[in-house]
Amino acid sequence: MTEWWTYRPSDFLLFAPRTYYRLVELYNTDVWPAQLAAVAIALLLLLLAWRGGEQAGRAAAAVLATAWTFVAWRFHWLHYATINWAAAYFAGAFAAQALLLAGAGAASALRFGPITPGLRIAGVAVAMVALALQPALALGLGRPWAQVEVVGLAPDPTAVFTLGLLLLARQAPWWLFPIPVFWCLTSGMTLWTMGAADAFVPPLAAVTTIVAAFATRSRVR
Amino acid sequence: MTLPPIPAPPPPPSRRAALHALVAGALALGLPLRSRAQALPVAPLTRPLPSSGEALPLVGLGSWITFNVGRDQALREQCFAVMRAFFESGGRLIDSSPMYGSSQEVIGEGLDRLGHPRSLFAADKVWIGAGARGPEQIEASRQFWRVPRFDLLQVHNLLAWQEHLPTLMAMKADGRLRYVGITTSEGRRHREFEQVMRSHPLDFVQLTYNAVDREAEQRLLPLARERRIAVIVNRPFRRGDLTRALARHPLPGWAAEIGCVSWAQVLLKFIVAHPAVTCAIPATSNLSHVRENLAAARGPLPDEALRRRIASDVEKLAR
Repeated sequence: MTEWWTYRPSDFLLFAPRTYYRLVELYNTDVWPAQLAAVAIALLLLLLAWRGGEQAGRAAAAVLATAWTFVAWRFHWLHYATINWAAAYFAGAFAAQALLLAGAGAASALRFGPITPGLRIAGVAVAMVALALQPALALGLGRPWAQVEVVGLAPDPTAVFTLGLLLLARQAPWWLFPIPVFWCLTSGMTLWTMGAADAFVPPLAAVTTIVAAFATRSRVR
Repeated sequence: MTLPPIPAPPPPPSRRAALHALVAGALALGLPLRSRAQALPVAPLTRPLPSSGEALPLVGLGSWITFNVGRDQALREQCFAVMRAFFESGGRLIDSSPMYGSSQEVIGEGLDRLGHPRSLFAADKVWIGAGARGPEQIEASRQFWRVPRFDLLQVHNLLAWQEHLPTLMAMKADGRLRYVGITTSEGRRHREFEQVMRSHPLDFVQLTYNAVDREAEQRLLPLARERRIAVIVNRPFRRGDLTRALARHPLPGWAAEIGCVSWAQVLLKFIVAHPAVTCAIPATSNLSHVRENLAAARGPLPDEALRRRIASDVEKLAR
């Protein structure tokens, strides 16, 4: 395929929307009741990031690394790859992000502490997109509970939540941002080609993060 | 009934013609698709492959997107039902590719379930950048399909065709393959496609052609006739865009003249009435749609004047 410019995003959509949402449903069934624990842990993580403290950065990095590893293996490798050969590469990208997060945690490079009120609002807002808005939109668009994508288990809310936490950090290495941003843009494109009305959410979260991080770029090392 | 690769003459006043008229009447009355398809008393129209004379029904079954359902057993069952209806309606050619995710596996399981219909014409593709890895991919595809050999293998979207074509030609010479082809879609690389058609002894080409995307009429379809190459047409409905756009409009009166009860049938008949076209391969996971599609391979086909009118009307209505 040497004429890449002649291809449209829809040329790379290999499955029907109903197939994708059924895959999410089967995945949720497979991992149940991990959803309950995942949401509870995400809320605790948000609280931890809000309050700050010496160990908050390490704890957040460790938990996020675990979530990215889980999504890489369980969602991308075992499930998504059955309908999308590119999922093997996505699994690699998620595993790489898990390593970066683990490295940031080990090096104490992710630190939570006092930040501006504007950043706090932006960070919490982006995190709440993953925790509340994305599930609410899915339900509002007529998808059943079983097809709701949950933070820590599904890629979209995991990437968005990670960006929210990075915004809440007083110090976050720049190299923790590209993979979640890339995923949000990729996922938005996929959802758009599927005709999903909530396709704008992951890219909007990514753009919000980039703008907020750029506005306070001295905070990002 | 086998159509010659020239415009179909009016059917003779025979028993078969009377049956065609009966079917067209049933179609015009809008009988439920299921009972209509099951009641079809005639086999689908066929056209001979120029390189061998073997007859293929004018409508086959594509698998892009629709059959890529992963391990979802409920969706797999729907695919198997589509395959069953396809064979029951007289269909033969099923087309897939290693690019289509789990489609090949689903087809293979479906064929097992159906007891491997002897009428199957198995068409697949090779789609890998490294020519040396082509045979390995082809063998993997064959195992997914659970067939002893493919009838047709095509170089998908001309990817590494210089390396893959000799492999496919050698397989054909060894009796491990019956036909060799190349594919393109959405009008890509037509100039190079034409060069390969001119310089290699192909049995098949696969390309995009429909009432709106008609570039192939200019050079590729005439060249296929000249070079005696069979033509498989993909994207007959522009991935459903055409049928969705046309659904807002009632069928024109001329649709009944060719026994059509849906826009999908009109679009298919427009395609397969072209004398260079061997078959169209609409993809669907919908049981009633597969029967409806196969019904388009029956009854009268539009003549050239009506084809021009179909193209003109569809162009206006689908905007």
